[in-house]
Amino acid sequence: MDQIILYILILMVVLTVGGFIYNKNLALDRYLSSRAHEEIGTTLLKGSGWHSQASYHGYFTAWVVGFCSFLLFVAGLYFRNGSEVYDLIWLALVLASGVCIVFLLNRKISPEFAARTWVERFIHFCLIVLSFIAVLTTFGIVLSLLFESLRFFSKVSFLDFLFGLQWSPQTALRADQAGQSGSFGAVPIFAGTFLIMLVAMTIAGPVGLMIAIYLSEYASAATRKIVKPLIEILAGIPTVVYGFFALLTVGPTIRNFAETLGFSVPTQSALAAGVVMGVMIIPLISSLSDDVINAVPQSLRDGSYALGATKSETMKQVVFKGALPGIIGAFLLAVSRAIGETMIVVMAAGRAANLTGNPFEAVTTVTVQIVALLTGDQEFDSPKTLAAFALGLVLFVITLILNMIALSVVRRYRERYD
Amino acid sequence: MDIQNPKFVCRDVRVHYGDFEALHGINIDIADRGVTAFIGPSGCGKSTFLRTFNRMNDTIEGARVSGSVTMDGQDIYDKGLDPVLLRARVGMVFQKPNPFPKSIYDNVAYGPKIHGMTSGKAEMDALVERSLRRAGLWEEVKDRLKIAGTGLSGGQQQRLVIARAIAVNPEVILMDEPASALDPIATAKLEALIQELKERYCIIIVTHSMAQAARVSDKTAFFYMGDLIEYDATEKIFTNPGDTRTQDYITGRTG
Amino acid sequence: MASSSHIQNSEALETETKRESQLAAERAKKHLKSRRAREWRFKLWGRAAVLFALASLIWLLFSLAGTGFTAFQQNFMTLDVELTESVISPDGTRDPQELRGANYRRVLQETMYDLFPEVTERRERRDLFALTSASGATHQIRLMVYNDPSLIGQTVTLTVPTSDNVDQLLKGYIDRDLPESLRKVSNEQIVWIDSLKKRGIIKKKFNTILFTHPDSRDPELAGIAGAVVGSIMIVVIAFLLALPIGVGSALYLDEFAPKNKWTDLIEININNLAAVPSIVFGLLGLAIFINFMGLSRSIPLVGGMVLALRAFPTIVVATRAALRSVGPGIVNGALSLGASHTQSVFQQKLPLAAPGILTGSIIAMAQVLGETAPLLMIGMVAFVTEVPNSVTDPSTALPVQIFLWSDSAERAWSERTAAAIIILLVILILMNGLAIWLRNRLEKRR
Repeated sequence: MDQIILYILILMVVLTVGGFIYNKNLALDRYLSSRAHEEIGTTLLKGSGWHSQASYHGYFTAWVVGFCSFLLFVAGLYFRNGSEVYDLIWLALVLASGVCIVFLLNRKISPEFAARTWVERFIHFCLIVLSFIAVLTTFGIVLSLLFESLRFFSKVSFLDFLFGLQWSPQTALRADQAGQSGSFGAVPIFAGTFLIMLVAMTIAGPVGLMIAIYLSEYASAATRKIVKPLIEILAGIPTVVYGFFALLTVGPTIRNFAETLGFSVPTQSALAAGVVMGVMIIPLISSLSDDVINAVPQSLRDGSYALGATKSETMKQVVFKGALPGIIGAFLLAVSRAIGETMIVVMAAGRAANLTGNPFEAVTTVTVQIVALLTGDQEFDSPKTLAAFALGLVLFVITLILNMIALSVVRRYRERYD
Repeated sequence: MDIQNPKFVCRDVRVHYGDFEALHGINIDIADRGVTAFIGPSGCGKSTFLRTFNRMNDTIEGARVSGSVTMDGQDIYDKGLDPVLLRARVGMVFQKPNPFPKSIYDNVAYGPKIHGMTSGKAEMDALVERSLRRAGLWEEVKDRLKIAGTGLSGGQQQRLVIARAIAVNPEVILMDEPASALDPIATAKLEALIQELKERYCIIIVTHSMAQAARVSDKTAFFYMGDLIEYDATEKIFTNPGDTRTQDYITGRTG
Repeated sequence: MASSSHIQNSEALETETKRESQLAAERAKKHLKSRRAREWRFKLWGRAAVLFALASLIWLLFSLAGTGFTAFQQNFMTLDVELTESVISPDGTRDPQELRGANYRRVLQETMYDLFPEVTERRERRDLFALTSASGATHQIRLMVYNDPSLIGQTVTLTVPTSDNVDQLLKGYIDRDLPESLRKVSNEQIVWIDSLKKRGIIKKKFNTILFTHPDSRDPELAGIAGAVVGSIMIVVIAFLLALPIGVGSALYLDEFAPKNKWTDLIEININNLAAVPSIVFGLLGLAIFINFMGLSRSIPLVGGMVLALRAFPTIVVATRAALRSVGPGIVNGALSLGASHTQSVFQQKLPLAAPGILTGSIIAMAQVLGETAPLLMIGMVAFVTEVPNSVTDPSTALPVQIFLWSDSAERAWSERTAAAIIILLVILILMNGLAIWLRNRLEKRR
C-alpha cells in the first residue's frame, strides 16, 4: 500500500476522533455554564434543558467529519494520477475539510440542536444499507449467473444443453482439434447428480428420521444429552473431510467388498460418494425432524395413548401424520443440500460423464463439472468456462425452488400448531 | 370532579389497537401532587390509559391514541414533542421489577447519563445516593452498589426501579400494579414509600387491589369496559360510590 | 309388570355387553402379542439408526486418526557437513551473489559418500544420495552459509529430513518382503538405511516441518503453515465483514424496520441465502470480485469477502434469536427513563444479546474455516510455496490444502492429508468449545 494512502487513513481517524472529543467537550462546557447556578440534575427539559447530551454533539461531528473525509478519500483515489503534488493537495484537502467542518459545527452546539436525532438517523441509514447487502448478494448471484449463462447459450443451444446426451467439454481445448465446439449435453450430469442424491437420501432419510423418532420418543433424557451432540458433530465436519474419508476408506472398502463377491467396482463410484453424503446429511434430517415431531402437541399423543395405542402405533399413525408436512420440508432441504454438495462428489464420484443408473459406476455431478470446468487454465470467453455458469444457474434455480417450497411448507406447518 | 391546578387534563382520550377500541373517550383531570389510583376489573383499560401519560403506547405496534392529553397545559401528543423528553418527566414503574442486569449504581446512573445531567463522578455519586435515599433503599445497599441489581429481592428491585426513575428528576411517576409481584411485607414497605413520595411527585397508580387503592391513594378512578365510570376522592368511592357498577366492583360482585 | 320386564331387558343387555367386551378383550390379547413385537422392532430400528450414525462418526474419526497420526513424527538425519571452501567459494571471495548460487548439493553429496566410503559406483552413489531430502537439505545449508559466511571451511552439524521413501520404510509402510522391483526402495538402500539407523544418524522426531513449512512438491518438506496463515486471513476478513452485516441486518429487521413488503423481501432473501449451495457463492465471487472488479485470483481478500457473504445469514439468524430472548421489560425500563428507542436497543438490549451473537458468529466462522468449494472457484487451488505476507498475496487455505494433498495417492501424502485434517478438526473443536464456554460464562454473569 502507498504511504500517502496510509497517511490519509490515519489522518481521517485522527480528524474523526479529534472532532468528537473537541465538540463533545465544547458542548459539555456550554451545558455546564448554562446550568451553573442550579442544583444537580434538576435542569432538564424545562425550557432551558438540552435536547441532546454532550457526547451526541460529539458523535454528530464525528459522523459528519468521517463521512466527508471518506468521500474525499474515495474521490481522490479515483482521480489519482501518480504525481506527488496531487497527493499533497489531496492530503491537505482532507485535513482542511476536516478541520473546517469541526469548527463550523461548533456553532451548531446549542440546547435546541437535536444532535441525538441526527446521529440516530445516521445509524438507521447504516443499518438499512447493511441489510440491503442481503438483497444485493442475491441480485449479484442471479445477475452474474444469468449474464454468463446467456453468453453460453449464444454459443450452445439451450435445448441441446438441457436435453443433450453427450457431455465432453474437454474436446474444445484447442480450436484446431476435431469437434472443436465440444458437446454440452447435460443430461448425464443431471442423471449423475440425481443418482448420488438418491443414494444419499436412501441412507439419510430413514436413518435421520428414525434417529429423530427414537431420540424424541424413546430415549431417556441422559441418552439424548449424550447422543444429540455426537450426531451434531457429523454436521460440523467440513465436507472436504468427508470427501477424503470417501476416497481413503469408504471407496476402497466398497471395492474390496465387491471384489470378494466377484465383480469389480471402481474406487470412485456413485455409491461411495452417495453413502458418505448420506452420513453427512443425517444430522440435518434428524434435527429438523426432531423439531417438527416435538411441535406436534402432546394432546394428540395423549389422545392416542388413551385409546390403548402403543408408542410405535401412536408414532406411525398420529404423530407422523401430524408431522408429515414438516418432515417433507426437512427432506426437501436435505435434497437441496445433497444436490449442492461439492467436495464429497469432487473427491469421490469421479469426473466421467456416464449416463447410467448403476450406483457402482463412476458418475459426475453438476457441482463436480463446475469445479472441473473452472479450475485449471481458463480463458473466460470459451464455452467451456461459460458452461460452468450455466450449470451454476441450473443448480441455483433448482435449490432455490426446493428451499422455497421447504421453507413455506415448514412455516405453514409451524403456524398450524402455534 | 374539580381539581385545582391539574397536572394532566385528558379530553376524549381514545386508544385503538388495530380495529379494537380499548378506551372510549376518557375525560379526567389529575392532581399535581398526591396519589391517584386507577382501579377496575382486568381488561378494563386502566393500564392502557396509564401508558398514555408517558406515550408508552407508541411502542406497541398498531396502537393509536386520539383525543388530547395535556401536561401543565402542553399537549403531550404534539407532533413537535419528542416522547423521549416526555418520558424523562414522567417516570414509570412496571408490574414486574425490571432492573437492568447491571450494578445497582449503573441502574440508577443510567437515566442521568443518557440525559447528560451530571458532569463528573462526584455529581453522579451524589445523585445516585440522593435517589436511593428517596427510594428508601440507600441504607440497605450502600455497601454493595457494585453488585448486580438483579441480585436483590423482589421488593428491593421494585424500589431500585423507583430510585432509577427518581434519578431522572421526574414530575410524575406512573406505577402499573407495582406490588403485584411482591410479598405482603415488601408491599407494605412499597406503600410507605409511595406515601413519602407523594409530597414531591404526582403519582398515578394502577392496582387491582382495592385495599391498596384505599390505603395509598387520595383520589380513585374506577374503569369498566374501557369507560371511566366514576372518579372521586378515595374515601367517597369506597364508602359511598355514586354508580352501581362501582358498588358491585368494590363489594366483590364483579371483577 | 312393565317395570320388571324392563329390568329383565336391561339384565339381558348387560350380559350381552359383558360377553362382547370379553370377546373383544380376548381378541385384543391375541393381537397384543404381535403389537408388542412390532413395538419392539420399531424401537430396535431406532436404536439401529442411532448406532449407524455413531458408528459412521467413529469409523471416520478412527480411519483419519489411524492414517494421520504417523505424520506427526518424521525420520531425520543428523549429518556432519564439511563446508569445503573449494566447493562453495572456489575463488575465495565469498561474494554474496556467489554464495547464493553455490553448489551446496555437492557439499551434501560428499557428506553422504563419506558415510559409506565403500560405495563408489556412480549409480549406487545416486541411490545413496537419494536417501536425503536433497532440496530441503541444500536449502538449509544455503541459508546457513549465506547468513554467516564465516562458517565456510568448518564442519557443521545439520538435521535434515530423510526422503519420504526412507521415512515410509522405517514407519513400516513399505513392505520389505516385497520383491525389489515392486518396492520403491532397493535392497542396497535398505542395508544403508538400517546401518544409518544403527549408527544413530537417522532418528525419528516430532515433525515440526508439518507446522512450520508451506506446501512443497516433496512430501517430507510439505507443511501447512502457508495454508493456516491463509485460512486465518480469510476467517478474520470474513468475520470483520460478516459480523457488522449480520448484526446490522438483524437489528434493522427486528427493531427498526417497518413491517412491509420490502422488509419481507429482505427476510426471504436472507433465509434463502442461508440455503444456497456454497459453490454458487464461489461463482458469484469469480464473476463479480474477480472478473468485474478486477481483483486478483487466489488471494485471501477475495476468499474472505466471498465467505463473509456465505456466513452472514447464519449470524443474522443467531442475532435475531438472541435479540428475541431478551425480555421486553429491559427495553421498556430504558424507554420509561427517557431513553430513545435506538438508545434502549443499543445500550440495553444489544449487550444482553451479545453472548448469543458471539456464539453464533464463532460457529459461523467455524463453517467458514471448513468451507472449500467457493475457494476453488476463486482460484485458491494454486500451488503456493510461500507463506502469504498480506491479504493480497496468493495463498491457499487449510481445507483447500487438504483437497490438494488428497489428490496424490502415495502413502506419504495421504498420511499428511489426514494429519492436516486432524489439525483442522482440532481447531474446529476448539472454536466450538470456545463458543460454548463463552456462552456459559457470559450467561452466568447476568
